[in-house]
Amino acid sequence: MNHSEHPVQRVRVTSPRVRRPRPPRRTGIAEIDRQSRVGEIYMASLLRAQLRLAVVVLAALAATVGMLPLVFLGFPGLNDILILGMPLPWVVLAFGIYPVLVALGWVFVRAAERNEQAFADMVERS
Amino acid sequence: MSTGLSISAVVVVVLATLAIGTWGLRFSRTTSDFFVASRTVRPRLNASAIGGEYLSAASFLGVAGLVLAYGAEMLWYPVGWTAGYLVLLVLVAAPLRRSGAYTLPDFAETRLESRAVRLVSSLLVVAIGWLYLMPQFQGAGLALRTVTGSPPWVGGLLVAAVVVINVFTGGMRSVTFVQAFQYWLKLTALLVPAFFLLLIWIGDGATPPTAAETGVSGALGSAWGLPMTSDQPYVLYTTYSLIMATFLGTMGLPHVVVRFYTNPDGRAARRTTLVVLALLGCFYVLPPVYAALGRLYAPDLITSGHSDMVVLELPARMISGYGGELLSALTTAGAFAAFLSTSSGLSIAVAGVLSQEFTGRRLAGVTAFRIAALVGVAVPLALALLTSGVSVARAVGLAFAVAASTFCPLLVLGIWWRRLTDVGALAGLAVGGVLSGVAVVDTLSGAERTGWTDALLAQPAAWTVPAAFVTMIGVSLLTQRRRPVGVGRFLVRLHTPEAVPLDRG
Repeated sequence: MNHSEHPVQRVRVTSPRVRRPRPPRRTGIAEIDRQSRVGEIYMASLLRAQLRLAVVVLAALAATVGMLPLVFLGFPGLNDILILGMPLPWVVLAFGIYPVLVALGWVFVRAAERNEQAFADMVERS
Repeated sequence: MSTGLSISAVVVVVLATLAIGTWGLRFSRTTSDFFVASRTVRPRLNASAIGGEYLSAASFLGVAGLVLAYGAEMLWYPVGWTAGYLVLLVLVAAPLRRSGAYTLPDFAETRLESRAVRLVSSLLVVAIGWLYLMPQFQGAGLALRTVTGSPPWVGGLLVAAVVVINVFTGGMRSVTFVQAFQYWLKLTALLVPAFFLLLIWIGDGATPPTAAETGVSGALGSAWGLPMTSDQPYVLYTTYSLIMATFLGTMGLPHVVVRFYTNPDGRAARRTTLVVLALLGCFYVLPPVYAALGRLYAPDLITSGHSDMVVLELPARMISGYGGELLSALTTAGAFAAFLSTSSGLSIAVAGVLSQEFTGRRLAGVTAFRIAALVGVAVPLALALLTSGVSVARAVGLAFAVAASTFCPLLVLGIWWRRLTDVGALAGLAVGGVLSGVAVVDTLSGAERTGWTDALLAQPAAWTVPAAFVTMIGVSLLTQRRRPVGVGRFLVRLHTPEAVPLDRG
């Protein structure tokens, strides 16, 4: 046999394929669009974060503004504190609550946008 | 009260409203323009418009009147009307905008995939709208009578006519401009006179309003400035019931909800709502000032039962001559701005639902909308002329109670709870609507009741809202097989930011 006249094509020998091909990695967006279990988990995490935020803000509202009738009932002594001739509870009800409401709203808007940004970052990662 | 200047003020507001409405006509071309201004209104303008639309006769005249007559407890009305926006912001603002529906019935139908829920929602929108429009027309009648001595029906008819003309010519787009203009007009109309009135009060020695001799005896005399006084029976119940109605009812008002569709996206809807909170807070600190000063300078309004007119009368009473007349003319202008803006918004919402739901396909879109607007205004005007005697703010409070007992559970559960079913929603709407409706009819009919019956019927929200929620949840759990197929996709649409490219159904 003359090796130089008939060169044999060299073949690379590797280990046999024992594993199935890896499925293509999907983004969170694709998972949600397929309504797969993973997609459901992504959505549930967003809903849970937003709902928890809403409950916290509403609880803060209940604990501040919502408690005022009970506070006024339980502490009649507050009525003796006068501001510009008006009892303190009157002044609180007429003027004092609005800044609290705006502050709670501001905190909520910021936190809600942060939650959405975190969600967007998570599902857009592949 | 001198009439010349105040009548001119009413004429100017009416003409300005019509002029801005006509100017907006150039932009209105399609049915979509008429309904929601094609969704291109920016947050600041939109927030002013929401504020302008929301601050009704009840806010402008009614709050000061109630506080003047009944004292500190009534301050919960403006507080609740503002806090309602916080609850709306937290629970529904962004999802509602993202739902992509025009009206509450649209939302109900898309979420629950049921024509029946849509129909019941439409009936409720019309009922709440009419309940809210009625006191606007009554207030207009009273205000015009105070200014000119005209019979009470003239003012109501005037406001109704202007609203119909405006809706005919411009639709929502022009109304957005009108509403934004009216917020600032209303704020100025209370702020500027309040400043001068406070100067006069300080000049007179700054007597505490609580020390005023009003000729009223009992709790409303001596304990006027104090909330939660034991003389008023069931005060804890009525206060918390009022809080529940106003905090939860705002999200279910048809004219408020329709505004959210004009935001470009969910994020803008939130930001708009935050600006609205601030604008309302700025406005609502003013009516209590009029009430407190009215205690000193116009106590006869309490005994004569015309306390709703304190905002109109006070400037002319405290400042003699031309200056006082001018300031009274300004508050009158603000009052008419209030009647016109709220009535316009409500009429559009009611007309939108009527034209979509009940005129069928025989009429072209815009024609149907115009006919619906005419009907939508005529009915509450007739109601306003037939009933009287319930104060403006209290009548509006009843509309909040109905909204809180029906649309609040529908929206909150529809947005946050995937197990809501059409049957559950229908049952909840029926229970909440019927229970609060019975209380409203009983209160408006003027039946004399005492004790707990009176408290429960006059402020029904504390028991009707939980009843509606429990029914909606309970019946939904029993009918889980009817859960809508598309709920998963719909929740994706409601809660995900628009920037993420998802399939939203």
